[in-house]
Amino acid sequence: MKVDSIKNGFVIDHIPAGKSMELYSLLGLEELDCQIAIIKNAPSRLMGKKDIIKIDADIDLSLEVIGFFDSGITVNTIKNEELVSKTHMELPLKVENVCKCKNPRCITSTEQELSHIFRLTDRENKVYRCLYCDSKLKSFI
Amino acid sequence: MRSLIDILELTTKELDELIAVAEDIIANPAKYAEVCKGKKLATLFFEPSTRTRLSFEAAMYELGGNVLGFSEANSSSAAKGESVADTAKTISCYADIIAMRHPKEGAPLVASMNASIPVINAGDGGHNHPTQTLADLLTIKREKGSLSGYTIGFCGDLKFGRTVHSLIAALSRYENIKVVLISPDELKLPDYIRKDILEKNNIEFIQTESLESVMPELDILYMTRVQRERFFNEADYIRLKDSYILTPKKLETAKGSLTIMHPLPRVNEISVAIDSDPRAAYFKQVLNGKYMRMALILKLLEVEVK
Repeated sequence: MKVDSIKNGFVIDHIPAGKSMELYSLLGLEELDCQIAIIKNAPSRLMGKKDIIKIDADIDLSLEVIGFFDSGITVNTIKNEELVSKTHMELPLKVENVCKCKNPRCITSTEQELSHIFRLTDRENKVYRCLYCDSKLKSFI
Repeated sequence: MRSLIDILELTTKELDELIAVAEDIIANPAKYAEVCKGKKLATLFFEPSTRTRLSFEAAMYELGGNVLGFSEANSSSAAKGESVADTAKTISCYADIIAMRHPKEGAPLVASMNASIPVINAGDGGHNHPTQTLADLLTIKREKGSLSGYTIGFCGDLKFGRTVHSLIAALSRYENIKVVLISPDELKLPDYIRKDILEKNNIEFIQTESLESVMPELDILYMTRVQRERFFNEADYIRLKDSYILTPKKLETAKGSLTIMHPLPRVNEISVAIDSDPRAAYFKQVLNGKYMRMALILKLLEVEVK
């Protein structure tokens, strides 16, 4: 399958197979009017199968959101059709307005204007807790 | 400018300093009688709490300061829909320090992020209540002489009891502490506290359902209330409720040097006959709470006392 190479933009690689649409939506890519290719179930030596998203535009891509989604993802930055950097994701220390706190006793449940902020409290087990009430983030996305 | 939202924001050095100031206040009350003259404490209590609010107010008056505030949400702008952030910004124009109780978890943190004056968390739902832990620590220090080297039993509702969770977290930073967790299976200490605090800090602990079996080992017994609504069925509640009521008979095997603590309010989990026992320290805890709040107000207002 041939997908045109991109001039200026990003290749989000090593997305777990079947998860690209979730990430697409999380990054708000549906709002862009540039060319975007979503490749599902591409063969991968390391992962068996993987998804890839190619974005042909130099957008302000949130690495924080991608790292939070899956720290195994790599982001390749393309400028003038050349690969200029390959970034391996890390779990971000804090994520803002990516997930909502589900604790009905949390102040965010009644004060709508507050940002929903989760901080990483256990890197090994990928545990995030609400900044305000310390509730563990259960459903990840 | 510092606030206090969670007890773990204070280092052990700072805890020890607060305890030292509180003990100096107890020894030399006259020295502190005017040190907050001209300063105002705002007590913003969005839910009723007689003891904590009066403790804060008494603390500020004994430092020579003044107090303003409200004691229920209905008498504040919250009833009109004002946000915690706006309330904090507004009160910052009137007072020098805030003590806030709120039914929603995290509300005092939101206040501290928006206020230009220090905020003390006076209890946010079932989440944190750091000044109760300060009261507990001063009580242990005064009754035992040290915050290290003893066996402490926590009895009753260890699942929902925020005072138990905070005290365990604070004590985990001191040495040679052995923890005995006494509760019905339904109200056991949550796994994350067991793993993240006790196991992570290599604190020796045992879990049991029987208070009598561990009574002779305890240096401190921290009682909490077992509430009917925490049980899944009435039969379990009836079966277990009396196991966690402290009576003179159950104390027969206890050490003469035992210290009995309770965050109060008590319903029936400590028999009133024990109140006159010299080992009962729960009303001293109340008094110690006021002294620790005085020490905390001085620290956060950065008042130097010579």
